Amino acid sequence: MAFGIRLHVWGQHGLFTRPELKVERVSYDVMTPSAARGILEAIHWKPAITWVIDRIHVLEKIRFQSIRRNEVGHKAPAGTIKRAMNRGDLEGVQLLVDEDRQQRASTVLVTPAYVIEAHFVLTARAEPGDNEGKHLDIFNRRAAKGQCFHQPCLGTREFAAHFALIEPGAPLPARNPKAQTAELGFGAPRDLGFMLWDIDHAAPGRPSMLFRAVLQDGVMEVPQPGSAGVKR
Amino acid sequence: MTTLSRRHDFVLIFDVTNGNPNGDPDAGNLPRLDPETNHGLVTDVSLKRKIRNYVELARTGEAGHHIYVQEGSILNEKHREAYVAVRPGDAKAEKDAKLNPKDDKEAGKLRDWMCANFFDVRTFGAVMSTGINCGQVKGPVQMTFANSVEPILPVEISITRMAATNEAEQKKRAEGAEESDTRTDNRTMGRKHIVPYGIYVAHGFISAKFAERTGFSEADLELLFEALANMFEHDRSAARGEMTTRKLIAFRHDSALGNAPAHLLFDRVKIGRNVDGEFRAVDDRGLGNLRPARKFSDYLIDIDREGLPAGVEILELL
Repeated sequence: MAFGIRLHVWGQHGLFTRPELKVERVSYDVMTPSAARGILEAIHWKPAITWVIDRIHVLEKIRFQSIRRNEVGHKAPAGTIKRAMNRGDLEGVQLLVDEDRQQRASTVLVTPAYVIEAHFVLTARAEPGDNEGKHLDIFNRRAAKGQCFHQPCLGTREFAAHFALIEPGAPLPARNPKAQTAELGFGAPRDLGFMLWDIDHAAPGRPSMLFRAVLQDGVMEVPQPGSAGVKR
Repeated sequence: MTTLSRRHDFVLIFDVTNGNPNGDPDAGNLPRLDPETNHGLVTDVSLKRKIRNYVELARTGEAGHHIYVQEGSILNEKHREAYVAVRPGDAKAEKDAKLNPKDDKEAGKLRDWMCANFFDVRTFGAVMSTGINCGQVKGPVQMTFANSVEPILPVEISITRMAATNEAEQKKRAEGAEESDTRTDNRTMGRKHIVPYGIYVAHGFISAKFAERTGFSEADLELLFEALANMFEHDRSAARGEMTTRKLIAFRHDSALGNAPAHLLFDRVKIGRNVDGEFRAVDDRGLGNLRPARKFSDYLIDIDREGLPAGVEILELL
């Protein structure tokens, strides 16, 4: 793809929650395409463009750790807020964490590192001034300088993602030699099962779209939007 | 209030002496450990809790500085009764069990109102179940887990109490030991877990672009830094031991999007062992014979100011 970019991302932990295991969160083995899209959007995004993830390179061994935290059980009820707003008074608008406790464990990835290969396409909302070169330049400039709209994260916000642009033509960062195992699909492809591809925010009910994730030689190919690989 | 227009990244360095900085509910309240490296952990939510508590303490009742996610009892609850008595006309809103905003515009209004009134919503964000898409506020401040600089050794301390919880317990004990005196009869044993000493580092990010959305201002930033510097001073308890913020270093970028990658800035803050006044990296193999660190002066903090990227300023706030 002519307008492709490659971004190296890494961090101390990562948590790409499986939708079926989200009360006590369990991470996928590999970053999902939607999480990768979120990272790119944290650096540069406009309604005029959509990021499309092409493939994800896994650079580190897949390792997990369990962390249990005290979390609150409820969200802020809009009704209470509205009532307080109409009343012009703050009484009763708060969450008492001690009385609303849930202890939840998260199974998180340890020291994940990836290379995201992606490109973008212009959307129907692109204006005459929008062209590929402009957005590509903005992204490359920001990523090279470490600029971002907000610090991207590896799944959840407490696990910050560090990022570095891989310049066109530059070699990929070296994969941890210890990671070159069957677990990453070296020797034979490793089936990761169905993985979240992205959420269809345009459709009613916001359905999830899935794809069959396969790791081959440390690389996960991501199907293009609209292709047969994306299941609903 | 002027909203924040420059991106900030910060490094928070704090230590603990003979205390448990953050218990692990999975491990019987043992201090949190990275099981692979034995480095201590303190979760982001634990630190955010302390920031909230500090702001609540320091700015009680000040407009725009209420705390949404509260701990413990609310004194204001008492005022409500008076309020109901004064304004009986609110019955309609009180009666409806479920109220959802009609459209995006109303959801936006609710969100703005929450941001304007609550410091923690404006800073860390909140999820509000408005029933439609815009029910979330993403706050500008994002924090990571704090890691100890060196592996820590949690120590279990057994303690005794000279009383029984209830009569049944007392009776049981009395049956078990006929000849012993009454003082030991009623004794119960407990456990405390402490870290003799640990120095921890947490990283934080403040997005100026998100600050624009929630109205997080320059004054809020000052308050946040004040809270980070003082939060342990007001969080004393039997479990915590002595905790202190030792250093708070912020990197101020010239622009909203930032001028340098955060990880390169964080790498400029190095913590090493103090060997007769000389800086030695903690992974230096020559440190094997050194005694374990037990005080802050066993460490040296080195900030590399050489060749700072253009448009980045180092603020040493503590």
